[in-house]
Amino acid sequence: MTHGLQATLRRVAPQLMILAAVLLLNVIVFPDFFRIEFQNGRLFGNLVDVFNRGAPTALLCIGMTLVIATRGIDLSVGAVMAIAGATAASLVADGSGWVTALLGALAVGVLCGLWNGVLVAVLRIQPIVATLVLMVAGRGIAQLITEGTILTFVNPGLIHLGAGTVLGVPTPILIWIGLGALITLGVRRTALGMLVEAIGINESSSRLAGINSRVLLICVYLVTGFCAALAGVIVAADIKGADANNAGLWLELDAILAVVIGGNSLLGGRFSIVASLIGALIIQSVNSVILLSGLPPEFNLVIKALIIIAILVIQSPTVKHALYILRASAESAGVDTPAASASAPLAKSTETAR
Amino acid sequence: MIRSTHLPLVVTILTFLAAFVLCSGQYPAMMSTRVVANLLTDNAFLGIVAVGMTFVILSGGIDLSVGSVIAFTGVFLAVILRDTSIHPLAAFALVLAMTIAFGAAMGAIIHYLDMPAFIVTLAGMFLARGLAYVLSTDSVPITHEFYDVLQSLYWKAPGGGRFRLTGMVMLATFIIGMVVAHRTRFGQNVYALGGGAQTARLMGVPLASTTIGIYALSGGLAGLAGIVFSLYTSAGYSLATVGVELDAIAAVVIGGTLLSGGSGFVAGTFFGILIMGLIQTYIVFDGTLSSWWTKIVIGGLLFAFILLQKGLTWATTARRKPLIDFAAP
Repeated sequence: MTHGLQATLRRVAPQLMILAAVLLLNVIVFPDFFRIEFQNGRLFGNLVDVFNRGAPTALLCIGMTLVIATRGIDLSVGAVMAIAGATAASLVADGSGWVTALLGALAVGVLCGLWNGVLVAVLRIQPIVATLVLMVAGRGIAQLITEGTILTFVNPGLIHLGAGTVLGVPTPILIWIGLGALITLGVRRTALGMLVEAIGINESSSRLAGINSRVLLICVYLVTGFCAALAGVIVAADIKGADANNAGLWLELDAILAVVIGGNSLLGGRFSIVASLIGALIIQSVNSVILLSGLPPEFNLVIKALIIIAILVIQSPTVKHALYILRASAESAGVDTPAASASAPLAKSTETAR
Repeated sequence: MIRSTHLPLVVTILTFLAAFVLCSGQYPAMMSTRVVANLLTDNAFLGIVAVGMTFVILSGGIDLSVGSVIAFTGVFLAVILRDTSIHPLAAFALVLAMTIAFGAAMGAIIHYLDMPAFIVTLAGMFLARGLAYVLSTDSVPITHEFYDVLQSLYWKAPGGGRFRLTGMVMLATFIIGMVVAHRTRFGQNVYALGGGAQTARLMGVPLASTTIGIYALSGGLAGLAGIVFSLYTSAGYSLATVGVELDAIAAVVIGGTLLSGGSGFVAGTFFGILIMGLIQTYIVFDGTLSSWWTKIVIGGLLFAFILLQKGLTWATTARRKPLIDFAAP
């Protein structure tokens, strides 16, 4: 158990360092960043906001990590969010309770996942193309459900999912942490995680080894659809309305970015959901630092792009390899700096992942 | 005898012709030069950017930044024409140089840092859109007499259709694109790269210059599309052309190019653009259908063409099919 925890910590160390650096930037531009207050039965504070606002991306990247681990990708999650939000809103508008609306939205999300999964696993279409279909058509379907308007609702149960609190903690935070923990345990306490990695590394040999890759692939896309639907309901509940055009727009890209920042290879194989979740927090902290710094909002995207490019360059295989060579030559010369030995496991894990 | 590699192209052309005949059967007014001319004018910027996307996809990559580059180009032109007395032609040259350099930089990162094109161009998309915001968040009108001259250049066909300069630029881009793809060494290198980077390297294809060239081409064509778009709207707006990269990718796939690279035709993309334009024209003519049907129909078409490609690949490789099939990466 402690060994497993140590391995996880070692795996997410670079992500934690980046997160710490970005949070430090936050503190520099806004000294009260870490202050958390308890008012009106709810936690308030910038750190709470980072966790709360990061919920949709965090939820998406749970499923996206699994899909990317199978060497796939799911471009349709943003569109699925819009469909799920529209479904929940229209169910509530028709007089259903919030439980029915939530279950209906989740069912629709799972159905979307099933569609993607069948295209990828049974019809053998490349994932990027297969999910592009739903990405393009999905917003049209969502608009069909909302009939082109922004469906607003006042159901307190549904709104509670996006804007409410449980014991003072905003509900979205509990949902993403809960689902993340559940799925991490689900894949790591069983052999499922290893089987998913096996598919990502080499599908035909994993199948020869007796893995039912077809069913497993479909299941992975189902999970992604489920996560996307949950994120869609939260986003809709947060603004008390379903916006078919803008709900989850470009969030698929943020989710993929979170997975990549989490150090997971887009070529499949070993994955870490925890690292992806930290990646999602990093993205949200970057957003927060730009907001808090008081720079003109026009600069948001440029700064975000530059920070992302910097993180990606640091993590790129070529740079990692160069660092590895540099360190190896330093070690052979008998110079073992503490910095080199601290980050050595990172290089090792990269080598095995490649 | 139609070779199997040509079949997707033939199916795309037949689909377009069948759709056009069906549409004009329902609305005879569609069979006019006006509709055809508008089809070319309205889709000019999309067509130009789709040529670049065809090259990128043929090489097995993807370029998500083009929509943002178009918006940046438009805003840049509008701002520089408003604030300085520079001639539009010089501004065009300047912005083309910038977008080509931007594309080349992305290509260099993709090649030298060994990173997936998807992620690099995604960062490029944020960067270009962000630069457009920095220049101006408002829509900036372009009022230059040279723009009026360019906009008034058209050839009036019998029937009242006006074939404008921008439509002609798109047609020229497609013709040049076809020649480059099928008749030059660079084009052959692109196909080879799409067939497999490792194989291409062993065959002596210069991977670095080809990759950089492809993304520079895509960036440059996105810049040209931005110029055409600014002529079309007479303004530069940083929120314009969001999602154009998806339309371009869809047009390329409907045009019969494999997203895994190595197989496809620039001409197919042209008909892909026309099919997508035709769907929109039909919805305008119908008047009762909502605009969101465009997305659903395009999604359905995408699905149909992907299935068709899958069926063809399966049929042509069935004899050599291994016992276990596995998903393409």
